[in-house]
Amino acid sequence: MMILRPGAIVDGFTLGPQLHTGGMATLWRVTHPDIAAPVLMKIPTLLSDPTAIVGFEMEEMILPRLVGRSAPRCYAVGDLARQPYLVMEDIGGRSLLSLIDQAPLPVETLRDIGAKTAGALADLHAQNVLHLDVKPSNVMLRETGEAALVDFGLSRHLRMPDLLAEELRVPVGTGPYISPEQLRRDRSDPRSDIFALGVLLYHLAVARRPFGQPTTLSGLRERFWRAPAPLRALQPQLPPWFQEVVLRCLEIDPAARYQSAAQLRFDLQNPNQIVLTERAERVRPASSAAILRRRVAYLRARAAGEISAAPKPPDAPIVVAAVDLGDGGENLADAVRAMTGRILETAPAARLACVAVMKTGRVFEAGAADAEGRNRHVQMMVELRAWARPLQKGARNVTIHVLEEPNVADAIVAFARESRADQIVLGARGASSLRRYLGSVSARVAATAPCAVTIVRLPQARES
Amino acid sequence: MLIALLSDIHANREAFDACMAQARRAGAERFVFLGDLVGYGADPSYVVDQVARCENASVILGNHDEAVFGSAGGMNAVARAAIEWTRSRLDRAQIDFLRALPRTAREGDLLFVHSDASRPEDWRYVADAESAERSLRASDAHVTFCGHTHRPQLYHRAPQRSAMFFAPDGQMPTPLSRGRQWLAVAGSVGQPRDRNPAAAFCLYDMSRRELSFRRAPYDVAAAAGKIVAARLPDILSERLFLGR
Repeated sequence: MMILRPGAIVDGFTLGPQLHTGGMATLWRVTHPDIAAPVLMKIPTLLSDPTAIVGFEMEEMILPRLVGRSAPRCYAVGDLARQPYLVMEDIGGRSLLSLIDQAPLPVETLRDIGAKTAGALADLHAQNVLHLDVKPSNVMLRETGEAALVDFGLSRHLRMPDLLAEELRVPVGTGPYISPEQLRRDRSDPRSDIFALGVLLYHLAVARRPFGQPTTLSGLRERFWRAPAPLRALQPQLPPWFQEVVLRCLEIDPAARYQSAAQLRFDLQNPNQIVLTERAERVRPASSAAILRRRVAYLRARAAGEISAAPKPPDAPIVVAAVDLGDGGENLADAVRAMTGRILETAPAARLACVAVMKTGRVFEAGAADAEGRNRHVQMMVELRAWARPLQKGARNVTIHVLEEPNVADAIVAFARESRADQIVLGARGASSLRRYLGSVSARVAATAPCAVTIVRLPQARES
Repeated sequence: MLIALLSDIHANREAFDACMAQARRAGAERFVFLGDLVGYGADPSYVVDQVARCENASVILGNHDEAVFGSAGGMNAVARAAIEWTRSRLDRAQIDFLRALPRTAREGDLLFVHSDASRPEDWRYVADAESAERSLRASDAHVTFCGHTHRPQLYHRAPQRSAMFFAPDGQMPTPLSRGRQWLAVAGSVGQPRDRNPAAAFCLYDMSRRELSFRRAPYDVAAAAGKIVAARLPDILSERLFLGR
């Protein structure tokens, strides 16, 4: 092993200043003649300690395989048998740690940070990677605005062996943020990251951690029965929807949380349409009698061996139903609804966003037309809600969106992209020669959508 | 360089051809046959000839190969019947080829063996973390490849730790960290027993140190039909349809 100091060259990388010395690794700014972007080299220390090596192995396994802007791009990996290191993009920007001192933050900032972080987590989860150590110092805000997760030393790739499995005699994570299932040594649930993001948002919103900062295993276990104080009891100006979102993230049972980071992000983007439950109404901390009851219930369940790994998260896609409410399209709108219902039946945890597009002129018209436009908008909302009513069963979350755009297809595709939809359902009108010539909305959506597209057609009279 | 690892072909021509074709399409340039070329299946002569002719290949001895020129005494009645039939289908040169096979081969930091590497001559199964650890402790190889159990599996062991099991999920390549030892059980080409009838084999990318477990669907009915026609025990054709 070579001596590391500024100016030393490791596999073509010239070491610059050392930026950070941690318990497990040192961080250096490095340069390479072939790499223009600013890059950092992370070099693990304590190579004689197996536990320290596992963190490096984990990052070496996961980081080079991630694509997108939600994690630092990986440029090079040093061989563990010679000189282990990881060269990665210097994300710049700042970590959320820099905002902790400014808590309580205004709700608009919280919403923005929450949505961006949930979006980054959704990106990772889509690549089968769970971060499992979401905390302020591991969430970076790029200068361009997006959030990115760093430090994958405790992470898990669901399609690859969990190298930390052998280290799991004690739970692995960071005390205030660790999820109940991680405390039970389950490292395979994406909803653990949603729990940790809930802790983070809680802290930024009320300047206090929901479960304190326990350092012992028994202290960590208290979260199984000690419900966090309602946020609005500490910061009354926070809106009920924000309390609803954060307390839902912090549910002990993963099945009661958001089932996907993309759905959490969707709610933060559409706060007006969040369905409020009893969570939003809580005003005072749980009584000591209630805490006692929960604790007894927990101990009873544990004694009975009922506390085991939670069932895997259900398939929880975001489905966009695009509806044309124009005259003469009723049959087709009915058919789109029937198809949407069929799709939702196969994925009960799906959420449905109903979209109608109100075509606007390319030039904004002011004055009377503006008031008329508002009326039309309201009318379309009403009609769309009525259309969606049969699909609204049980606890299903259905949202209504009337978009005002000149181009219908582009509006639907942009909405699907923005809300990270998994599937679009829309109808295709009959095939006329004019439509073939001009190109149809459904064809354009199918060609440009970032997700699956289901096109619904009415049965056509057969030619004899 | 991409290496294809094929184990427990068991004279199944259709499964063997399907795996070789898929491996070549994927870019395999080197082939390692991890033993049990023959036994159970109806095309021992074809498989031995193909393997013997294969360029850039290493071949390891399996217990069924050994039984052909040695004793089939320790085997169950079905396996013994298949070995006796197999002997009648192989010529002297083919049997000599089997006789000359080594029990293990070491190439760089890779170890190839048919079963447990701690005592290869005993043909012990690597079927759980405990037996994997015994095999891993027997060498300092970074990756050990074996077969024998007919079930694709992956084990890993960090220094001073016990071996851990990982069930391969799909065909996604798994990077094999240099920080620990790995043991890959390649599964069986000719007689899979993990309830998936498709032929199983592995691809290992030497430069990226990435392992993928692959499946090659093949014409099971054709292979099973030949077993019936050869008057080998029915169970040998039946189990191919179920992969067990």
